[in-house]
Amino acid sequence: MSDRLLAVDDLTVSFSSDAGRVQVLDHVTFAMSRGEIVGLVGESGSGKTTLARAILGILPANAAHIESGGIRFEGEDLLQADPADIATRVRGRTITFVPQDPFTSFNPVFTIGSQIMELMKWKSPLAPPSSGLSRYARTRRKADRVKVIELLKTVQLPDPEAMLAKYPHEVSGGQRQRLMIAMALMTDPKLIIADEPTTALDVTIQAQILKLLRQLTRERGVSVLFTTHDLGAAHEICDRICVLYAGQEVETAPAGRFFAHPSHPYTRSLLDSLPSREHGIRGIRGEIPALVNPPAGCRFHPRCDRATGECSALRPSETAVGDLHTLRCYHPLSQPEPASAAS
Amino acid sequence: MQTALFLLQRLARDKTALFGALLIVGLILVALLAPILATHPADVAEFHPAERLQGPSATHFLGTDRMGSDIYSRLLFGARITIVIALIAVGTSVLIGVPIGLLAGYYRTWFSDLLMRVSDIFLAVPQIVLAIAIAQTLGPSIENVILALSITYWPFWARLVYAETRSALNNTYVEASIALGASPMRVLFLHVLPNISSSIIVRTTIGMGGTILTAAALGFLGLGPPPPTPEWGRTIAESREFLPDAWWYATAPGVAIFLVVMGFNLLGDGLRDILDPRTRRSRQ
Amino acid sequence: MRIIALVLKRLTWFVPTLVGLLLIVFTVSHIIPANPAVVLAGEGATQAQIDAIKEKFGLDQPLPVQFWRYLKSVVSGDFGTSLYTQRPIAEDLLTRVPATLELTLITIVIAALLGIPLGVIAAARRNSFIDHALRFFTVSGLAIASFWLAILFQLLFAMKLGWTPLQGRADSWGPDPVTGFFVIDAIIQGDWDIFSDVVSHLVLPVMTLAFPAMATIVRFTRAGVLDAINSNYVLYEQAMGLPQRVIVWKYVLRNALIGTVTQIGLIFGILLAGAVVVESVFDWPGLGLYAVNSILRSDYNGIMGFTLITGTIFILVNLLVDILHGTIDPRGAG
Repeated sequence: MSDRLLAVDDLTVSFSSDAGRVQVLDHVTFAMSRGEIVGLVGESGSGKTTLARAILGILPANAAHIESGGIRFEGEDLLQADPADIATRVRGRTITFVPQDPFTSFNPVFTIGSQIMELMKWKSPLAPPSSGLSRYARTRRKADRVKVIELLKTVQLPDPEAMLAKYPHEVSGGQRQRLMIAMALMTDPKLIIADEPTTALDVTIQAQILKLLRQLTRERGVSVLFTTHDLGAAHEICDRICVLYAGQEVETAPAGRFFAHPSHPYTRSLLDSLPSREHGIRGIRGEIPALVNPPAGCRFHPRCDRATGECSALRPSETAVGDLHTLRCYHPLSQPEPASAAS
Repeated sequence: MQTALFLLQRLARDKTALFGALLIVGLILVALLAPILATHPADVAEFHPAERLQGPSATHFLGTDRMGSDIYSRLLFGARITIVIALIAVGTSVLIGVPIGLLAGYYRTWFSDLLMRVSDIFLAVPQIVLAIAIAQTLGPSIENVILALSITYWPFWARLVYAETRSALNNTYVEASIALGASPMRVLFLHVLPNISSSIIVRTTIGMGGTILTAAALGFLGLGPPPPTPEWGRTIAESREFLPDAWWYATAPGVAIFLVVMGFNLLGDGLRDILDPRTRRSRQ
Repeated sequence: MRIIALVLKRLTWFVPTLVGLLLIVFTVSHIIPANPAVVLAGEGATQAQIDAIKEKFGLDQPLPVQFWRYLKSVVSGDFGTSLYTQRPIAEDLLTRVPATLELTLITIVIAALLGIPLGVIAAARRNSFIDHALRFFTVSGLAIASFWLAILFQLLFAMKLGWTPLQGRADSWGPDPVTGFFVIDAIIQGDWDIFSDVVSHLVLPVMTLAFPAMATIVRFTRAGVLDAINSNYVLYEQAMGLPQRVIVWKYVLRNALIGTVTQIGLIFGILLAGAVVVESVFDWPGLGLYAVNSILRSDYNGIMGFTLITGTIFILVNLLVDILHGTIDPRGAG
């Protein structure tokens, strides 16, 4: 298991809201290997952003409650460690972040260069790991700057020196996301968490950014956890895909198998909902459940054609149906439809 | 009716806003019941020089003033003046400012531009400074204080309503109803006004507090209603020559102003949190 | 270049605003009174005196002509003569500008130095004890009548405790006038006895004025910080593990301060308004005291002159704030 990088085990997270406690993640189990690009796919409200933020350790402290489970990164349980220690040693160093919206994720009143150099001051690989000092030695600053310029060239940004002197509102959205990717790579991380990195971009730019992200992380052997609601984007860059539905992971499969042999009824309907030449646009019957009072058992059962009594009684356990392909379903598509399903 | 009920329910949960509302209800009750609550109701106009400058006692709860009148009784009747000035001045400003803001925001002709420039000029000077000039010209009386405050206060509402109207007109459903040929009056009163009423309500509540402070300052400067009117600001001004001995003299009206203004401010903050979801998180 | 364009744009607005202000003051002084000559002549004037004034000030001319004359005289620095001191009002007022500016500027600096950190702390620890305490403080600061607070401070600190002087700007004459700002003049003169005397006279008026100003600053800073804390860029900075103190005191604060700076104009207005009454309580020889004395003596020209000067100062401050905002906010001021 030496190539196991990240293991989320039985993670349950809930939020307090006006309407009561909302269980956003329900005993989620999920793992990643070194160098792997994994897509976390789900509709909005499925919990993918919460899972991404839980791994980063930036859930809102006053509203979010981690009720059970653990997050092991390189063998260390991030939830048990000292949060301040994780912030200095892990976040921004071994795990970095590419945000959803490059328009608002830069601080509007500082130049891009000063924000990048601030990151390097605290997080550059040359910086001592537990540095709490605010001094930034001149020699290290110089070396860091060389590396920054180099990376900006690598992400195909024109005239990196001039770019550093600009304010965020002076560069385009695509360029800002390239900057974000460069910043995520600058500190030589093991894992990049990219939270819907292309959703806010023009469709024409999305493909370029995805290609760039895939190419650069492959070259460096960096893992990427990529959340998206866009199956096309997942298809583009992922080695493996994990589907979340209403806070439960339902199916995990290598990208090829995922699209060729989906086994969970929800995965099937998700794929069917892609517009196609034969079927046009097909939606999924019913609505995403309210998480204040979610359906018991498998949360998909009220919308599932194959649901039986046991589906609403107890959530199915994880079963392997192929190489790296796991599933949580009593009635996978590989089996004939259960007789009592119509009831 | 239902929205009013909803508002009350939400207010009841916000303890500080509820406290503010209670202070205002208290002020109104005191003003209404002044003749009953007062121990010396005649002292609004009567003097008893023999009893001047007595400290608080069983007969004079809050002491007596330089004329020997009962400060407690005068304080209660002062609440009436405060309410009348604030209500009429703010009411007039709203009645002038809101239509101007609505029309200027809707039509955007040279005339509406002119109206906005005029209100900008008014806003370019601290309100009390203009109010002093006007009140001084008109002479000290309660009507003139109200007039001075109204003349200098309407631009605040014109500005607010203008900006809100402009942004409300950008709403898709307002655009749609204009496209469907709704008359300007219909659009303004059926769509825009209900949309912006919550910010008008909030500003009016907080504006009441501000107006009470400005009116008291005018009274303090001798520009308010003339003696023997029991106006709070004037009472504080009178007390100055008897300090530090007659410490009670200025205390009661000062506390009264403080509580009343705080009442309006707290209620305004609470209403803002309830009615304006954009700023609701400002107090989370 | 952007800044120069901004300055030019604001300056083109400056002149019409001043003319508008003059028009308002003119309306108040020449049109609202049924018979301005009677007002100008003061109480108890004879008919002959009134007629003389009517002719002297051209009050028998049509209103546009009167306004044009008024405009010309004000532009040439002639605000009329004080009916009480018989001195030119412009001179009287100019000698008093430094006293008011010294008071308000020191207040604004102190209110900002205390209010900004307190606003940040209130936001960073919202719903903590300190946040609730500060909320009580800001609500009080905006509800208290400054003239009453001034009297309370006098009663407590000057009369009962004897820690500070009761009123005035200095015992005796104060420092030799150079700038008119006593604190600076005392430093120039190098006389530390006078300096401490001047400072001790400043304590109570500054405390009185600073209370509402600070309350406003704390409120705006807190709201601005909360907005920034909930923003995507702070989420990003946290996700990248930047130290919390760097995020709050550098990145959040800079954003919140831009909002606070735009409020300085508003706060200065509160201070000018407050100065009128506070100066009269503390017998502080500034513009406000001059206005109050003019009111007491029915010195009509004095009040109009005060309105003009105060309005001009306020417009100028707002102009500076706009330019400052344009300078510190890279996105440019709206």
